[in-house]
Amino acid sequence: MQRHLISAADLTRDDAVLILDTAEEMARVADRPIKKLPTLRGRTVVNLFFEDSTRTRISFEAAEKRLSADVINFTAKGSSVSKGESLKDTAQTLEAMGVDAVVIRHGASGAPYRLATSGWIDAAVINAGDGTHQHPTQALLDAFTMRRRLVGRDEGLGQDLSGKRITLVGDILHSRVARSNVDLLHTLGAEVTLVSPPTLVPVGVETWPCEVSYDLDRTLAKSDAVMLLRVQRERMNAAFFPTEREYSRRYGLDGDRMAKMPEHAIVMHPGPMVRGMEITAEVADSDRCTAVEQVANGVSIRMAVLYLLLGGNEPAATHTRTEEK
Amino acid sequence: MTKILIRGAKVLGGEPQDVLIDGETIAEVGTGLSAEGAEVVEADGRVLLPGLVDLHTHLREPGREDSETVLTGTRAAASGGYTAVFAMANTFPVADTAGVVEQVYRLGREHGYCDVQPIGAVTVGLEGKKLAELGAMHESAAGVTVFSDDGKCVDDAVIMRRALEYVKAFGGVVAQHAQEPRLTEGAQMNEGVVSAELGLGGWPAVAEESIIARDVLLAEHVGSRVHICHLSTAGSVEIVRWAKSRGIDVTAEVTPHHLLLTDELVRSYNPVYKVNPPLRTERDVLALREALADGTIDIVATDHAPHPHEDKDCEWAAAAMGMVGLETALSVVQRTMVETGLLDWAGVADRMSLKPAAIGGAQGHGRPVSAGEPANLTLVDTAYRGEVDPAGFASRSRNTPYEGRELPGRVTHTWLRGRATLVDGKLA
Repeated sequence: MQRHLISAADLTRDDAVLILDTAEEMARVADRPIKKLPTLRGRTVVNLFFEDSTRTRISFEAAEKRLSADVINFTAKGSSVSKGESLKDTAQTLEAMGVDAVVIRHGASGAPYRLATSGWIDAAVINAGDGTHQHPTQALLDAFTMRRRLVGRDEGLGQDLSGKRITLVGDILHSRVARSNVDLLHTLGAEVTLVSPPTLVPVGVETWPCEVSYDLDRTLAKSDAVMLLRVQRERMNAAFFPTEREYSRRYGLDGDRMAKMPEHAIVMHPGPMVRGMEITAEVADSDRCTAVEQVANGVSIRMAVLYLLLGGNEPAATHTRTEEK
Repeated sequence: MTKILIRGAKVLGGEPQDVLIDGETIAEVGTGLSAEGAEVVEADGRVLLPGLVDLHTHLREPGREDSETVLTGTRAAASGGYTAVFAMANTFPVADTAGVVEQVYRLGREHGYCDVQPIGAVTVGLEGKKLAELGAMHESAAGVTVFSDDGKCVDDAVIMRRALEYVKAFGGVVAQHAQEPRLTEGAQMNEGVVSAELGLGGWPAVAEESIIARDVLLAEHVGSRVHICHLSTAGSVEIVRWAKSRGIDVTAEVTPHHLLLTDELVRSYNPVYKVNPPLRTERDVLALREALADGTIDIVATDHAPHPHEDKDCEWAAAAMGMVGLETALSVVQRTMVETGLLDWAGVADRMSLKPAAIGGAQGHGRPVSAGEPANLTLVDTAYRGEVDPAGFASRSRNTPYEGRELPGRVTHTWLRGRATLVDGKLA
């Protein structure tokens, strides 16, 4: 494992499978009466959130606390981009306080990379979402959810997603989740198709290891998982598509469309879901939709990442690991 | 009167000759000239060029003296072999009145490291709405002939048309920063494969090309002269080539960094590579080099854009756009144009001195190296190889993309009207 987790593209197949396997161990902790391990006792982790994200922050915080780390939450509301020097200053303040790891969410693409490589701090850096660039732990929890559902919880151990066909639908252009997922799913052997109106696909996408389609109906039948991405309402005003209804008609997932998917196929959503536009309530509430499971899996994945990055030479959970690699 | 004999210099890269400076002018060029009464500079086969002229410099004074002043900027210019620079108008206050341009012009003359020719803003406050007093700036002591809202595009087609028409009255030229504003909202880097991967807002080539296409058509329609600043894409080259073939009076510049660097460098997220227009692709770089060689692009201009450390030592999106360039320009041109065989030294003199002086109307600059001409000269040790060390820069700012890179060539001497401003690589 590397010292930092900045991009899903930095993970090898073996790294990724190790994280997924470790997360399975972590998940067992959640089944115990006392959901806590002593692994990170005495280590300090700061959640440095320059951009609001209650869900991601709480998920990381839960993971950190289950590993017995000391947790500091730092929320810098508003735009840090307008006063960019605050990232460096804040980082150095935290460094002076002896922080072992920084979980950073930032509105500017590349901010976690800068933090990890600029020499401002020594702590391990975990990217919790940067601009429209990457959100690697989201991709990992998605892959974890897919492996459990499509390969199996126990059968999945040590396995990747070879041969699975995954479709991502929605705003690819502005989505760090899409970028992270394309990178990681490709590394894990899956075949990825992006479906979106042409206005929401980035120029340059042709070099990505995936297919691009503008037609959702034609890809549904050959999908093992369909992941819907959030479409922000303000995109409509920026002329990315004519109306919400037209988007919904062409790219929304309703019961009829879900019926075209293979029986085993799942519906995924990183949340928060815009019901009625990108997904109907019927689909969102069906047992094929994994949105809630993804949230639970997020804690296990983040525990695994923290554990592996911050040493990982203590027993993780059920059995002893000597050296990760 | 001081006499200086430059002995054994390859004038414009030709056979070694002696050049005798007497006072402010070149007295004689020949072989075996007498050194009597003259201070002798042994050129040892270095290349002698007419003093370089930069049509695109940001001196930051007035308003941002923490990043550069007329003094530090002109010292940087002298270090880079320049004897004249055109100072862009985006200062605080904006150089949109006779008062501001005269101040900048006067500071340049007083400091004496190189001539400073102010560029006037096209519109009041660079806001693109109302023409600035172009005539008053032209008639001021600064004698402004080049007008630009650089940093911003004159995007209103009617304002651009009127500016082009208006400056015809006194032979002026409008230098356009070609950037369609709506197509570049939130733009952080070249739009393409790398921006898609990095998740940084794209600055598409078409935002530059569409404005250039519009402006050459406007220039043709009103019979005026337009200059395109820092052209950066292969498509822009095609449009300028077409316009010239049609007889439209258009000139264009390219920066050294667009001749060498590509958007692949942005993968480092290091804001030292953040510049406007952004670094483009390898294909663009090669097209720009070819176009500079064949004359489609007329000149090299630095777009020297100094910024203090704190404006670059931050995350990419928060960083200021721009790079310093005066002190490395000639080295980059040697690397990209001379050592690739695309230009000889006479060609470099043409693109970096003669033509920029002609476009901007810089009196006494960009002249041939021959008897009777003003002694504005630059001596270059072309055999030199070394890593760029910004600690040695004369510029107040250090935001160079070349730190630690090996670049060829080094300016050893610069003379402004016969007076040395740079001697053995040290400012006089």
